[in-house]
This record gives sequence, C-alpha cells and structure tokens, in this order.
Amino acid sequence: MPAIQETVDQVSQIDVDQYKYGFVTDIESDRAPKGLSEDIVRFISAKKNEPDWMLEWRLDAYRRWLTMTEPTWSRVHYPKIDFDDLYYYSAPKSSPGPKSLDEVDPELLAMYEKLGIPLREREILAGVEGASDRRVAVDAVFDSVSVVTTFKEELKKAGVIFCAISEAIREYPEIVKKYLGSVVPVTDNYYATLNSAVFSDGSFVYIPEGVRCPMELSTYFRINERNTGQFERTLIIAEKGAHVSYLEGCTAPMRDENQLHAAVVELVALEDAEIKYSTVQNWYPGDKDGKGGIYNFVTKRGDCRGDRSKISWTQVETGSAITWKYPSCILRGDDSQGEFYSIAVSNGYQQVDSGTKMIHLGKNTKSRIISKGIAAGRSDNTYRGLVSAHRKASGARNFTNCDSLLIGDKCGAHTVPYIESKNASAVFEHEATTSKIADDQLFYCLQRGLSSEEAVALIVNGFVKDVIQQLPMEFAVEAQKLISISLEGSVG
Amino acid sequence: MLEIKNLHASIDGKEILRGVDLVVPTGEVHAIMGPNGSGKSTLSYVLSGRDGYDVTEGEIIFDGSDIVEMPAEERAAAGVFLAFQYPLEIPGVATMTFLKAALNAQRKARGEAELTTPDFIRRVKVASEKLNVSQEMLRRPLNVGFSGGEKKRNEILQMALLEPKLAILDETDSGLDIDALRVVSEGVNSLRSPERSMLVITHYQRLLDHIVPDKVHVMSAGRIVRTGGPELALELEAKGYADYAGEAA
Ligand SMILES: Nc1ncnc2c1ncn2[C@@H]1O[C@H](COP(=O)(O)OP(=O)(O)OP(=O)(O)O)[C@@H](O)[C@H]1O
Ligand SMILES: [Mg+2]
Repeated sequence: MPAIQETVDQVSQIDVDQYKYGFVTDIESDRAPKGLSEDIVRFISAKKNEPDWMLEWRLDAYRRWLTMTEPTWSRVHYPKIDFDDLYYYSAPKSSPGPKSLDEVDPELLAMYEKLGIPLREREILAGVEGASDRRVAVDAVFDSVSVVTTFKEELKKAGVIFCAISEAIREYPEIVKKYLGSVVPVTDNYYATLNSAVFSDGSFVYIPEGVRCPMELSTYFRINERNTGQFERTLIIAEKGAHVSYLEGCTAPMRDENQLHAAVVELVALEDAEIKYSTVQNWYPGDKDGKGGIYNFVTKRGDCRGDRSKISWTQVETGSAITWKYPSCILRGDDSQGEFYSIAVSNGYQQVDSGTKMIHLGKNTKSRIISKGIAAGRSDNTYRGLVSAHRKASGARNFTNCDSLLIGDKCGAHTVPYIESKNASAVFEHEATTSKIADDQLFYCLQRGLSSEEAVALIVNGFVKDVIQQLPMEFAVEAQKLISISLEGSVG
Repeated sequence: MLEIKNLHASIDGKEILRGVDLVVPTGEVHAIMGPNGSGKSTLSYVLSGRDGYDVTEGEIIFDGSDIVEMPAEERAAAGVFLAFQYPLEIPGVATMTFLKAALNAQRKARGEAELTTPDFIRRVKVASEKLNVSQEMLRRPLNVGFSGGEKKRNEILQMALLEPKLAILDETDSGLDIDALRVVSEGVNSLRSPERSMLVITHYQRLLDHIVPDKVHVMSAGRIVRTGGPELALELEAKGYADYAGEAA
C-alpha cells in the first residue's frame, strides 16, 4: 500500500516519470504505450488527476479483469483480440479543456463538417446562437478527452450538471462514488470490467430533483488515433421527478485496422424520473471484403430505481464490424417502465448481436421492446433479448415485437428470445416476423420510376418506421439518411 | 407508339414469349386476351423491363427507339406504366408517400422540377375523387390490407398521376365488383387520349363493354395468333380458346 501511494503521489505531482512507469512517453502525442498493466492504469488515472479512491477502483477492476475470460456465447466471430497490442490512453493534440472555440484545434472543427454533424449543431459549436428555441448541448468527445462543452452556463442555471466524467470525478466525487458501478458492477462482464479499469473519458449528467433538463443533451464520439481502444464511460442520474433526453451519435472515417470499443453507460432513474437515451451509431464497418472495422462491445444498462420511473433506449445501429450490445432496464421500482426501440442494420460482412434485457423486479412493471433488424450483403444480424420477472414482480407486463428484414440471400437474421417468469401473474407477449425484400416488391417500385436504391430506402424506411418515430426529430432525419447510406449497393 | 417485332423471351432457360408481333399506334387502346399461361403477364413484364427475363430475339420499339436494354425505372420515366395483376404491398410506407416518391423520381429523371407538396396534394385529390379512393386509404401503407378491388383502383390512381404514354393494364378487372368495374373503367376511359396508348389484358368481354378497344389480340403459347376488332372478344366469349389450343405446346 505505501508503495502504491508513493507512486500515485508522485504521479499526480509530475506529469510522467519515465523511470517509474518503465516506459517512455512522448508528451506531444500524449499517448501511453501499447499494452495493459497496473502501471498503465496508474498512468491513465494520473493523467486525469484522479483522487486515490478512483485509482483504487480502477486497479481493483484491472485485477479482476485479469482473472476473467472473453465471453463466447454471442453469435459473432472475430480474430482473437491481442489486448497487449492496443493503446489504452490517447489525448487529442490540442490542449485540454479550452474555454472557447478559438482554443479548439481547427482540425477538430473541420471534422464536424466531414462527419456531417447537422448545421445547427455546428453553428452551436461555432458559437452561433441558433434561431431554433430547442437547443442541443454538445459535449464532444474526441478520442478520450472532452474538448468542447457548450451551454454549460444555461444548464448550470437549471442545476443540471453535464460534463466530462473525468471532471465529475474531481468536482462531484460524492455523486460519482455513490452511483459509478452501481448499475453495471465492476465485474459485470469482461468488457465492462476492462472499461472500469481503463476508461478514458465520457459524459456525466446529473439532473436534480424535479428538474426537466432544458435541452436535449448530445455527445459526438469519434475514434481518432490508430489502434486506440476506446473506453467511454457515461453516467446519467435523474433524481426524483427529473427528466432528461440524451442523444449519442457517432461516426468514424475509413480505416483498415480493427479497433476495440468497449463503452459502459449507466443510467439511474429515481422516483418518477424519466431518462430517454437515443443512439445513432455509425462506426466504420470494415471494407467490402470484411477487412477492418470497429469491434463494439458495449454495456448499457439503466436502473429504474424509483417507483414510477421510466427509462427508454432507442438505438439506430448501422456501423461497426462487430456489435455486441444489449441496452437493458432493471425495473426495480414499482410501476416502473422500460423501453427498447432498436434498428440494427448490417451489410457487407458486419456481425450484429444486439438486443435488450428487461428485468422485472417491482410490481406492475411494464416493458416494451420493438426491434427491427435489417440484414444485407453477407452480414449476420441477431436479436438476443431476455425478459424476466422476479417472484415479487406481480402484474409485470412485456410486449416484444421483433422483425427482421433480409435483403438478398447471403445474409442471416436470427431471433433468440429468452423468457423467464417466476411470477404467475406476469404477462409476456412476443411477436416475431422475418421478411425479405422480394424481387417483385422491388420491381413494383422500379416500374413506378424509383431507382433500386430509392426503392430499398423506401421499403426499409417503411419497415423501421415504428422505431424512427421514437427518435427526437433532429435524429430521425439523420437516422433515415444513415440507414439508406448503409444499405447502398445492397441490391442490383 | 409501340411496335413489338418477333419478340422472344425466356426465364430460367424456359422460352415463354415465342415471337410476339404487335403494333399499338399512338392513341389506340388494344386488348389482349388468351388462355391462362399463354404469356400475357410475361409480355407485360418484358415490356416494362423486369429483371430475370432474357430477350433472346426481337425488338421493342417504344416512342421510336428500341428499349430492350433500357432499365425498368428509365422505361417508367419514359412513360411505360404497368398496372399489376397482383399489386404489391409495402408495409410502413403511406400510399401518399409512395405516390409522391414515384412521381418525383420520374420527374427528376426527365429533368423536370419536383412537385411542391400543395401541388402534389391537389393532383392526388382530383385523381382520387374520380376513382373513389378515400383520403383514409391514401394514408394507409401502400396496398397493405387493401381489398382486391381497392388495390386495383389504387393502380389506376397511380396511372392517372403518372400520366404514362403507354399503359399496360394486366387483368385490372379481376376482383372488381360491378360498381368498382364501372368506376375503374370510367377512370381508364377518362385517361384515353390521342397521345396515350393502352394495352388492356383481360379474360372477360364485360370489361371491353366499358373500355371499348380499337383492336383485340389473342395470345396463345407466347404468340399473338389472331387480331381483330371488338367483335373478336364476343366470339371468344362464346367459343372459348379451343380453336387456338393447337398453337400451344
Ligand atoms: N419464373 C418462371 N419460371 C418458369 N416459368 C414461368 C415463370 N414465370 C412464368 N412462367 C410460365 O410462363 C407461362 C406464362 O405465364 P404468364 O403469367 O405470362 O401467363 P398469363 O398469360 O399471364 O396467365 P394468366 O392468364 O393466368 O394470368 C406460364 O406457363 C408460367 O408458368
Ligand atoms: Mg397473367
């Protein structure tokens, strides 16, 4: 213990000590060397000026991770990941924490343009107060460090805290300590444990009692450096009667190396609170031959801790070579509600294994699952969902609707529902369909003058309509566009 | 308008059209009758450019040029319209949305400006009232849960909106009750114009009472085996296709 303490103390004083860490760090690139060890964990923690308890938390996670093995139950296949061949820390080149956009690397701003971030949001980033009254606050996470945070002042007035989690650890340690790992325990699963040890940054949201967050909160992620594992960590807490809608959208440029992404998102909704979490995910899916692409192993979970609380997940997944993702709800409070609306598009050689878990613990809890899987090319698209009712969950209800659409005959769609009920009064309904874009349906559209791409987009947009409607307006349009783009070249 | 010369087409190596010759001058309405399986729908698909058919011989001259190599969507924009024997369903896509997408895709392909929404709505309103298509139906997903007759009326609505040069109606009368038959026929008749040709495929003389053709052709075993005036339909109604059975196989 004293030895560790000594290291930590020294690290927090000076930047990097080559000798202590046993490696050379190029300050300019601000990147830790490849591989994972306790020293790397210490390095990350020190870089963030973290308090001791956080370092201990990370080290504990790291040690547990060493005893764990990668899960193999999902339907995805990939070459073994060499965890020692990845970088676990990398900061962007511009100096951290700029106070205004002038201090932001123009390269990063140019990136927004390339990523097709909606003009209005770019304007906001550029400091132009939008004509629209419905504003979007953007906490941009480039690589690992939050670079820009806007609208902080207005949020502050409402008492909302929206900041980088690294900042929250320093500024609001009591809240973080109370909730971090309380929804996704440190040892929850291999990737979550890894994330707990090495998470780089992410967002923190705290909505105080009775407050309706005055704007939708949005974060754009982008993976920046080669071979950099991304380990985002997000924690959102809605106190009694609080409401918040959080949007997460991301995209990445072409690249040829596989990248690991293992994020953890934890949501906590207390009595009568409501959290809506929407994602549009568009990471690089790999090239035409299935080379490259992001490996996305995400743990997202919401805890409806209070009575009558509600958590709603909406996701549009079009990217990544591999998606392993099950945004879930623990319906702990009586009368609490969980929702999962999902569109998962796979094309090329993409593999998607995604779904949700609805764990009914409280009385009269309700959940609703609408999943739309679209498989094209040689991709594989699996819905995996668990609905369970605890002994005490009398009156629990679930409705699940799971539809798959196949484009072409080289792709696959699979539905794997798990249903467990320990309470006789629970009512679970499950519907599932699999359909194909038929040749005659396509021809019908062509005969009316649509191109095959327009035809597919139209048919697919009809197929996903129920879920698109759940997205906030600004996301809905983008998502529809994204789905069409993702399916380009899937027919004809 | 349309001149088909010695058209041979096969699917999966099986020859279905075996030398079709047919001329439909501009402004005329021609009927095609013929036994089941004689190749009427196949002809309509080959004319509209459906994938999967091999045109092994012959020409399709439309509006002065051979369109055999032209993709289906280009033929549509050039003015070829097919009212399907079995219209397809597109779940989740409102009929209105589909109509607009189709109309604007064709306009774009022809280098015309897209219609504004009010302009589009006005046109749909005019056409749908004529055909007894309700606004409620237009909001429903395309053909999903439509009755057989509703689907057929919807086909004619599309034809009215798209204003094709050549309309091929494949058994548009089947599945229609007597009133609907009248409504649809009136709709079709109102679209008759000196600039528009129509090819009406049917099994029943009663449609031709409403839509009086300039010529009637009999198709059998992948060929046009006889051509005559409207009276030919009456003859077929009385005698059936027995006379042409020899042409088959
Ligand atoms: N994909 C296919 N493969 C093989 N044969 C086919 C195929 N499609 C159609 N046929 C055959 O082609 C022939 C002509 O069919 P088509 O549908 O054109 O007839 P039709 O004259 O429209 O008949 P109906 O009056 O019943 O509508 C039939 O014998 C049919 O079985
Ligand atoms: Mg037919």
